[in-house]
Amino acid sequence: MSRRFTPKIVTANDLLEGDVVYLTRDDRWSLRLSEAELIEDEPHAQKRLHFAEGQQDLVVGPYLADAHRGPSGPEPAHFREAFRARGPSNYRHGKQEDLRG
Amino acid sequence: MYTYNDFDEAFVRERVAQFSAQVERRIDGSLTEDEFKPLRLMNGLYLQLHAYMLRVAIPYGTLNGRQMRQLAMIAERWDKGYGHFTTRQNIQYNWPKLRDVPQMLSALADVGMHAIQTSGNTIRNVTSDHFAGAAADEIEDPRPVAELLRQWSTDHPEFQFLPRKFKIAITGSPNDRAVTKAHDIGLRMVRNDAGEPGFEVIVGGGLGRTPMVGKVIREFLPKADLLPYVEAIVSVYNLLGRRDNKYKARIKITVHENGLDKIRELVEARFTDLRREFSGADQELLGEIEAAFAAPDFVSKPAEAYDTARETDPVFRAWADTNLTAHRNADYSIVTISIKTHGQTPGDATADQMRVLADLAETYGHDELRISHEQNVILPHVHKADLPAIHATLKAAGLATANVGLISDIIACPGMDYCALATARSIPVAQQIATRFDELKLEHDIGPLKIKISGCINACGHHHVGHIGILGLDRAGVENYQITLGGDGTEDAVIGERAGPGFAYDEIVPAIERLIHAYLDLREEASETFLQTYRRLGAEPFKAALYPAEERSNAA
Ligand code: SF4
Repeated sequence: MSRRFTPKIVTANDLLEGDVVYLTRDDRWSLRLSEAELIEDEPHAQKRLHFAEGQQDLVVGPYLADAHRGPSGPEPAHFREAFRARGPSNYRHGKQEDLRG
Repeated sequence: MYTYNDFDEAFVRERVAQFSAQVERRIDGSLTEDEFKPLRLMNGLYLQLHAYMLRVAIPYGTLNGRQMRQLAMIAERWDKGYGHFTTRQNIQYNWPKLRDVPQMLSALADVGMHAIQTSGNTIRNVTSDHFAGAAADEIEDPRPVAELLRQWSTDHPEFQFLPRKFKIAITGSPNDRAVTKAHDIGLRMVRNDAGEPGFEVIVGGGLGRTPMVGKVIREFLPKADLLPYVEAIVSVYNLLGRRDNKYKARIKITVHENGLDKIRELVEARFTDLRREFSGADQELLGEIEAAFAAPDFVSKPAEAYDTARETDPVFRAWADTNLTAHRNADYSIVTISIKTHGQTPGDATADQMRVLADLAETYGHDELRISHEQNVILPHVHKADLPAIHATLKAAGLATANVGLISDIIACPGMDYCALATARSIPVAQQIATRFDELKLEHDIGPLKIKISGCINACGHHHVGHIGILGLDRAGVENYQITLGGDGTEDAVIGERAGPGFAYDEIVPAIERLIHAYLDLREEASETFLQTYRRLGAEPFKAALYPAEERSNAA
């Protein structure tokens, strides 16, 4: 019965900039996936999503995305989230440009 | 060229003002996202994967130099210096900031452009033959009718909340370049036995999850009856169309579920009523619009420069052979400028390139430009004498790729590099196919071939009507590409047939290569196109090339 919970992150887009952002443990929205809070259980995931949904003045469309623990913070479980965390493949725009250096 | 009247101008300005206020209220917290979202969509503003995206309508694909230059300015000032031309004859900006959007809309309004009805369950931007008004095979320029439809449908109170979005395409030529059979309503100009122009009316076509070729609901509709007849179709659909299931809400399903005969009966009955209400004002208006669309004053001058360039410059000749189309004036040509440089993103133009295009239109092209659903830019009216100069300018701007209609002239939707709905990427697949066949130097040998790629089942990349269609899917968390064969988007529209299991991201280009080599081996002579060979032999030999026996037995 107790299927293992796939760890989650809360992600959304920034209201003004449109950028992909991630909810951190200390209630900030970070541009870096590595700073996201990795959520390990369902009740806490729901609680964090609920919190994010109350942040309408900062972000748009928050949702829970699958992730796993990597050496330097959460890593995306699905390629869609990997692209969101990096930017498009045809130009070096998006995060791969903004977070350079 | 047609310019907006005072009513349009006031309407667009008012919408910009309204939207500016709505953005402010969203930012200060008085509007929730749920309240704001339908408002921003009404103004063409989407939220995509990495950023907002602004979709701007280019009605029937027509614009002038000043408008193109403004699109360049907007790209540079508020975006990342480029724009993306889409299969719906729109331009999309991929990186706007929310606060800047009202200014972008205002800058568009300055040149009579807008982003209204590029979203939502309304009648969308009416698309048209990109060679309209210029093609040698055309009966009449379809754009006045397209403009009439635009004016009639814009903010039409009855049609703002249709069961689903509604797309109309129109062509004035019997050779359909506007994919009219894949639209909710398709209008194809034909002549009746008396030689009068009218429309073959096609209904219920569409791609997406349930692809269907449109059906002819009226073989000949006199031009004067067009508006009441289209209104009859839309109002029958508005009543009958399903609102309980988004996937069954398009008119193609309404036609499919009710049967063409029943729909025709209802439409004809409604048409009889509506026709009485149309007092003829629409025809007066059409007359005015037609005057505004009058052909430019074609000049006559010697065209030796063209012949000389053809003889002496093989690069020019190759470009002329692929990128020019016959004009109705024998001294003129239609120039298709490829926005498909090998390895680049199909449909993307930089601000600098847009300005070059604007200059060319103004200097040599009677100030007219078109955007094609195949994501290229057209100079519809060019005197042959000016072609060498145009080619030289294009070359310097990186816009002289001689590949129109060939394997690297690929339609690709934004896919998962931008689109929030995508299940896989399409742009890099297009880039790699184009690069690969350029390396192989096979492109011109292969000849006419349409590859179309969509990044999800919504089929914005028209993959169903590609001679080779590629659909990107998410199969158990990895990108997977399904191939369809034998599709055709012309007046003989055919939905392509699925070839078999999909291919992984790194297998799709080799698979296409096997397919093409099979075609080169199978064709009877060099002039037999891929589609002709496919029709002659059927899918089997192509499937055999895609799925070689040893791999099949290995997999077993
Ligand atoms: S086909 Fe799908 S991925 Fe491509 S643009 Fe349309 S909705 Fe987006």
